[in-house]
Amino acid sequence: MKETPLQAEVKAPKKLKVPNLTKTRKRSDYLWAYLMIAPTMLGLFIFYLWPIIQTFYYSFTEWGAFGQYEWSGLDNYKRMLEDSNLLKSFKNTGIYIIFTVPIGIFLSILVAVLLNQKIKGKSVYRTLYFLPVITMPAAIAMVWKWLFNSDYGLLNYLLSLIGIKGPQWVSDPKIALFSIIVVAIWSGIGYNMVIFLSGLQGIPKMYYEAAEIDGAGPIKVFFKITLPLLSPVIFFVSIMSLIGAFQVFDLIFMMIGKGSTALENTQSIVYLFYQHAFVLNDKGYAAAIAVLLLIVILIITAIQMVLQKKWVHYD
Amino acid sequence: MKKWLIMLLTVVLGLVGLAGCSGNKASSDAKDGKVEITYGFWDKKQVPAIDEIIKLFNEKYPNIKVKKEITPYGQYFQKLETAATGGALPDVLWMNGAHVVQYAEGKVILPLSDMAKKDIYSLDNYPKSLIDLYTVDGKVYGIPKDYDTTGLWYNKKIFDEAGVPYPDDTWDWNKLKEVAKQLTNKDKGIWGYAAMMGNQGGYYDFIWQNGGHIISEDGKSAGFDQPEAIEALKYNISFIKEGLSPTQAQMTETAASELFSSGKVAMMFDGPWMVPEYKKNPDLDVAVVPKGKKRAVAIHGLSNVIAANTKHQDAAWKFVQFLGSKEAAEVYAKTGTVIPAFNGTQDAWKKAVPNLNLQAFIDGAEYSVPLPSVKNTGEIWQYEIDILKKAWSEEVSVEDAVKELTQKVNEALSKK
Repeated sequence: MKETPLQAEVKAPKKLKVPNLTKTRKRSDYLWAYLMIAPTMLGLFIFYLWPIIQTFYYSFTEWGAFGQYEWSGLDNYKRMLEDSNLLKSFKNTGIYIIFTVPIGIFLSILVAVLLNQKIKGKSVYRTLYFLPVITMPAAIAMVWKWLFNSDYGLLNYLLSLIGIKGPQWVSDPKIALFSIIVVAIWSGIGYNMVIFLSGLQGIPKMYYEAAEIDGAGPIKVFFKITLPLLSPVIFFVSIMSLIGAFQVFDLIFMMIGKGSTALENTQSIVYLFYQHAFVLNDKGYAAAIAVLLLIVILIITAIQMVLQKKWVHYD
Repeated sequence: MKKWLIMLLTVVLGLVGLAGCSGNKASSDAKDGKVEITYGFWDKKQVPAIDEIIKLFNEKYPNIKVKKEITPYGQYFQKLETAATGGALPDVLWMNGAHVVQYAEGKVILPLSDMAKKDIYSLDNYPKSLIDLYTVDGKVYGIPKDYDTTGLWYNKKIFDEAGVPYPDDTWDWNKLKEVAKQLTNKDKGIWGYAAMMGNQGGYYDFIWQNGGHIISEDGKSAGFDQPEAIEALKYNISFIKEGLSPTQAQMTETAASELFSSGKVAMMFDGPWMVPEYKKNPDLDVAVVPKGKKRAVAIHGLSNVIAANTKHQDAAWKFVQFLGSKEAAEVYAKTGTVIPAFNGTQDAWKKAVPNLNLQAFIDGAEYSVPLPSVKNTGEIWQYEIDILKKAWSEEVSVEDAVKELTQKVNEALSKK
């Protein structure tokens, strides 16, 4: 935005003022602040924190029908060591992450940079890219399932026009996971794009003006100015996408049929969790899977936090 | 003010807010003697009939409001399980034979025998086999609403174009295969038969027709690895192998029933629950299933049960009684929705859709075998899907699949 140079000026002194401000605040201000955040705090506790504590507890129990359970110690965790399905679902989730996260981020930066230029119908494009984000994942999955249908789908129809017999996109175990990855990337671009757009607009114009005067080409400008200054946003988006990608469920659940042979090669950790918790009614083991997933996400996020020092530039 | 006081205040305020929400809800339904009960079921196709039944019910009991809760079958029992754990089941709900033992023993649904005795509500109006299906430890838990068998559905247009006579009661397995070959037309994209991987109206029927069994009489072992069952499964899968049926992958992408109703499949096994759908296509008709060593089909029926934690037991029982009444059965009959369980109303069902040979389903009751029902039926069905699909997609041999399946099912059966 136009005020960006001003913003940069304001930012620096702010840091110094913070301690002064706290001294002058009155106690009643705190009261109001706590009151204002109380509903959110309460919601967080009831709907996030308490379930996490419960899940942790349940991961040491074995469940029967209709909510009867008994303490079983570490049984569920021991069982994990021998569960080949768990390993497979980690592998599937891993493949999913390796493809969706980097490609997703790359494409959304690309789209954001393009849409940050002065082009005609900019807001129309922005809306089009953002549309999948406000659509229900289940609806997206249903539509793509039909596009992918090997006999009646649009995709294979188009391929047949040029004489190619299209594959069975969602029921061939070898490619089903990649079909899902395509949909996931497509539906994720809009959300990341908006974040990148705001990041791009936060980059002070004067850098670009200076680069222009120095005669830098657009590619050099992108790598020397845009990318480094965008790195905090890239970091934020990569953490959020990774956590999101670890929890992939709805696309797989909707697009892969229960009787499909592609299920083993597509089921994610959360799908396995769902299967144990709600289909096989094995809630203790499901809770253990959820705890394991939480730990894995925590570790990976921690690693990202450490690594960020090497590549993220805060101004 | 101290910090802790502030924290306390915020928590209390939040709780007051929450309590306010729940308080409103509880008071709303006791007003002016009106009671609202919920009715949980899975089949969207039956909504018109159910709406009409609720309308008739409200003429008698204007004070009992019935709210429908439809959950697709794929998620129905998962949702119930969770709801039962949290004490939030619908007041009245559909139950099938596969789950009734589990729900009755888990004390999640109410035994109805005593209430029926008190109200002199006769259970003789329904086929005995169905009452037996819903009797657990000598108590009846569900009032039967309908029953279903299997028929051989076929597309007359495809038969006519190929010049093949329609199926009749002389057909056997060889004939079915032979005609499937004649009707399969690769150029037009027509398959002769859909060898669907489904137990009722699928491989169960074939296994029985071949003299095999699913679960032994003592309920302790599975019969999938017996030679009769293996032969039956191989016969099923041979349709796919020989290109006479869509593949397993195709049938998971597009439901076999959709392929059939859109004229891509000439014949398939299916139940009377498809009548509301299939009657829309005038080319379709139904015949009795072909014979194997003998003729056999699964029989199964749904019933209405009452949740144990219902707050409106009287209203729920009145509604269940009405759902089991002749009046309700006649609504089902005249709309041709399902075969009503109430004795003597089946003829009306048959007449409701005269252009279909619905007698095939009623005849089915004569040579039918009850759908197996044990405590872990739901789990066993899951294993069947997980393991048999690999045989259906020819990933593993039938022999290997049944070996694994039998082992898993036997384990499940030995669980308490």
